[in-house]
Amino acid sequence: MHELTTTRSNPQIDPSLHIWGWEIPVYLFLGGLVAGIMIISGYFLFKGRYKHSYFSCFWLPHISLVLLSAGMFALFLDLEHKLYVWRLFTTFKVASPMSWGSWILILVYPTLLASTLTRVPPAFQNRIKLFDKVSAFINQRPQLVKNIGVLSMIVGAILGMYTGVLLSALGARPLWNSSILWVLFLTSGLSAAAAFVHLITDDKYERELLAKADNGFLIFELFLFAQFIIGLLSSTQVHQNAAHLILSGPYAAVFWVFVIGMGIIVPLIIQLLAVNHKVQHTPVAPIMVIVGGLILRFVIVDAGQFSRWTIAGF
Amino acid sequence: MARLGMVIDTKKCVGCMDCVVACKTENNVPEGYNKDWIVQETKGAFPTLTTEIRSERCNHCDNPPCVSCCPTGASHVHELGKVVLVTKNECIGCKACVASCPYDARFIHPDGYADKCTFCIHRVEKGLDPACVSVCPTHCMYFGDLDDPNSQVSRLLASRKNHSLMPEVGTQPRIFYLR
Ligand code: SF4
Ligand code: SF4
Repeated sequence: MHELTTTRSNPQIDPSLHIWGWEIPVYLFLGGLVAGIMIISGYFLFKGRYKHSYFSCFWLPHISLVLLSAGMFALFLDLEHKLYVWRLFTTFKVASPMSWGSWILILVYPTLLASTLTRVPPAFQNRIKLFDKVSAFINQRPQLVKNIGVLSMIVGAILGMYTGVLLSALGARPLWNSSILWVLFLTSGLSAAAAFVHLITDDKYERELLAKADNGFLIFELFLFAQFIIGLLSSTQVHQNAAHLILSGPYAAVFWVFVIGMGIIVPLIIQLLAVNHKVQHTPVAPIMVIVGGLILRFVIVDAGQFSRWTIAGF
Repeated sequence: MARLGMVIDTKKCVGCMDCVVACKTENNVPEGYNKDWIVQETKGAFPTLTTEIRSERCNHCDNPPCVSCCPTGASHVHELGKVVLVTKNECIGCKACVASCPYDARFIHPDGYADKCTFCIHRVEKGLDPACVSVCPTHCMYFGDLDDPNSQVSRLLASRKNHSLMPEVGTQPRIFYLR
């Protein structure tokens, strides 16, 4: 027998930690989605797709700006001392992933802005002279466009990794103590982004390419989940307990049904059939992937807070 | 520089909660919140059960994850005794420190900043003991410099069996419990 009783009952702490509600999972999901979109649009810029369509070079970065701002707004809503938010930018703390994150987000905006200016559609030209000038300057230099594409891919990858590192750096929560989490979140972000672009692009080539790429991301994500879980199960008792929270505990139903089943396996089957021309491309599979990615963040953030180092129950 | 810590004799602690009340009064702790609390731990198999009663609080760890994860520097190690503190008007309430503490010793104050035990730094600066230590009716709590081999806390640790909480987490807590 091993039993602990405590007189502590701090709000949001006891009986189990619940300091982060919907805002952080939404922020992490939108951060990952934008990271994935930046990698995809960066790749398209690098490959010269901007010459054929405005979608990857103009619309995707614009959509990213909106999604990222929505994510940052969710983060802002989560802060308990909102008036002091500017403190994030008066210092840089090397050991704090959150400090890294706030500065990375500052890098993301100019990168997206540079991407939007590689080729501006006629309807948006002659509005702001400075933008026209910069756009003409970039557009006439294919090597510069390629460099912006590479920058977009790098900054996107860092952003995607950061969404996982933010959690895995918090060693007090055994479920998050995994060196796989950043790759998992980056891949999930890429997969959601591929699904998102697949869903909204009107370019057949891009749709087909991204459906194929997404199948690869989804298969890789399944492999990463296996690694993530095996890593926890082969670690200490507290890590095993944390893994069981999602495998067979209170989060298992949501994890297996919505994250693995409806978020990965079912859309993967549909998309495999679609790319092999057995069924038509429909919005069903990409929507499932996007929703699955969002639910994944909720499950990991919630179950991670529930996981703890004490083996005895309070 | 001193390294302040606490030693608590679990053989003397009766779990009366005077330390909890003293902390609430001294530090104006909001209703429903605790900066210190009492834990009763029972282990073993009948009939050889053992129970330990402990007064717990922030461990003012030597390797505090709550300080390293803080993006603004609000959580910091104070020069006086390496006490771990929060500067309220630098805290944005991001709660990273709350999530990073394996002891769940922190909470968000209703005014929005991260809060926890301060070892009553305002009293320590005046040469006094923390309120919980000075009020304990069984005198089971001791406070002092762990780096001074002649301090009462160091001598107790050298002469009695003791343990800290979850040392395996690696935060190097500075509160020790005498068995
Ligand atoms: S007990 Fe928690 S809050 Fe206190 S110093 Fe250690 S990690 Fe930080
Ligand atoms: S809640 Fe405050 S003290 Fe804690 S990590 Fe965030 S800014 Fe720092």
